[in-house]
Amino acid sequence: MNWSVQGPQLLTAIGETLYMVALTMLIAGVIGLFFGVALYVTRTGNLYASRAVNTGINLVVNFVRPIPFIILLAALGPLTDAVVGTRLGQNAAIFAMSIAAVFAVARIVEQNLMSVDPGVVEAARSMGVSRPKIITTVILPEALGPLVLGYTFLVIGVTDMSAMAGAIGAGGLGDFALRLGYQRFNDEVTWAAVAVIIVLVQLVQFVGNSAARKIMRR
Amino acid sequence: MTSTATDNPLARPGEDAEVIVRFDGATKTFVTGKGKGRREVTAVDDVTLNIRRGEIYGVIGYSGAGKSTLVRMINGLEPATSGEIEVDGRRVDGRTEEQLAPIRRDIGMIFQQFNLFTSRTVAGNVEYPLIRAGWSKDKRKARVAELLQFVGLSERAGNYPEQLSGGQKQRVGIARALAAQPKILLADESTSALDPETTQEVLNLLRRANREFGITVVLITHEMDVVRSIADRVAVMDSGRVVEEGATAQVFSAPTTSTARKFVATVSHDEPDAEELAYLSEKRQGRLVVIDIRQGVDVGPVLSAAAARGVSFRIVFGGVSVLQKQSFGSLTVDLSGEPHVVDDAIEALSQVTTVKEVSA
Repeated sequence: MNWSVQGPQLLTAIGETLYMVALTMLIAGVIGLFFGVALYVTRTGNLYASRAVNTGINLVVNFVRPIPFIILLAALGPLTDAVVGTRLGQNAAIFAMSIAAVFAVARIVEQNLMSVDPGVVEAARSMGVSRPKIITTVILPEALGPLVLGYTFLVIGVTDMSAMAGAIGAGGLGDFALRLGYQRFNDEVTWAAVAVIIVLVQLVQFVGNSAARKIMRR
Repeated sequence: MTSTATDNPLARPGEDAEVIVRFDGATKTFVTGKGKGRREVTAVDDVTLNIRRGEIYGVIGYSGAGKSTLVRMINGLEPATSGEIEVDGRRVDGRTEEQLAPIRRDIGMIFQQFNLFTSRTVAGNVEYPLIRAGWSKDKRKARVAELLQFVGLSERAGNYPEQLSGGQKQRVGIARALAAQPKILLADESTSALDPETTQEVLNLLRRANREFGITVVLITHEMDVVRSIADRVAVMDSGRVVEEGATAQVFSAPTTSTARKFVATVSHDEPDAEELAYLSEKRQGRLVVIDIRQGVDVGPVLSAAAARGVSFRIVFGGVSVLQKQSFGSLTVDLSGEPHVVDDAIEALSQVTTVKEVSA
């Protein structure tokens, strides 16, 4: 590996990956939180119990979730074009990644909210707290620790997705490893990308774990 | 057995006290399963009762008797299927969650499992209902300090629930439930997860809340001891129905239903059961009689007179309690001597109280 040539390319690739992952987490994190909460509160016996809405959201989530991301990336082409204005590049990749991640976030959020003791929700209801306030001031704070861990886990999944973004010309570490490493029989370049990703993921996991530990006080 | 009711019963809300909670034919039916597996379970069945302002009202029953559902119908956590429920002049049945909110703010609730917010400190838990009720920060701070003082946990303000014992958690639960100055406090098996000593602490707090703030307490439990030590009146529930209701002393001294009798027997086991009776009959020297002891009944002189005529008596079983300044209980006595003198003695006892011969 020639650092003077591939060094700057690696830095660019890191920047591209961080940009895609961060923006996707932001977009999908917020929208997915909404759908995750919706999945949770519409369950039987919960605050806004509705079999129809719950089944509907579940259907969509289960419809999108099993599609391998590389195929979803291609299949979303026309929609990406319509929304972003192009099928290529970073923003096109972020759009597709966000779509895929929203459903993963929704599922993870739903599962973590299920860990909230229904008793505290009942306590809040008994105080005459409105349902939106119960969600924002009781359910989400009570589940914050597990939610942070869930989101940390998702960052790694989104990083995984971002490695495929090279397929639509969005660059990133995956593209760096495949195009400059694998295709040119330059294993060291591939390994450099692997090393960087390992370090990034470790960092994210460390920050996530520390935050969750602090929130959960253990 | 000793009495734990220390107050003058005359000072308690009487017959003429205002009704604060009214159930009129209230029924709650749950539907479980669907299709062929669909079943209807009536948890609360046509209950009519009045709870008076300022009293401590006990609801006792075995698990599954419907008492938890009954108490949740007061604040609408369980909506009634039919019938009327009125709380402090406001109808609770047929209300939406939004319409119930202002009614619920006047009703505090404590739970068997405490249900404290794990993400908030002790002070944070007590402050939470005040934030929701829109109190200013200064007023909240003062109120939280006052309540933590009341439950004796001022030192623990900054602790999180997991750092507390069960009894302390329930005290936080009480402080939180009282925070927004409700008129009614619902206690749902509030001592069932606690040991006997801690139970008394919690009951003392409920009694103080009742006496000092005039708050009406509705307490549900499966422990007769809890009812005995704190409730002014009690409703006995069985299979969703209130089978017996009245002043605690009255239900204790003269239970009329088998369910009530069973509960009374759990705390005042003053009459021998079948097995004990078989043993006593085997050992008896004369005739076994159960003598009812109640307020105003003095069997001493009768027994002394009988003894003077050569009747020997052995007390073989029994117990007498005092509840709300009313004595009640029974003594099982083995009377032996000349048959006609024993007959006379039993006759004389029958003149002053209820006597039941149990010789096999």
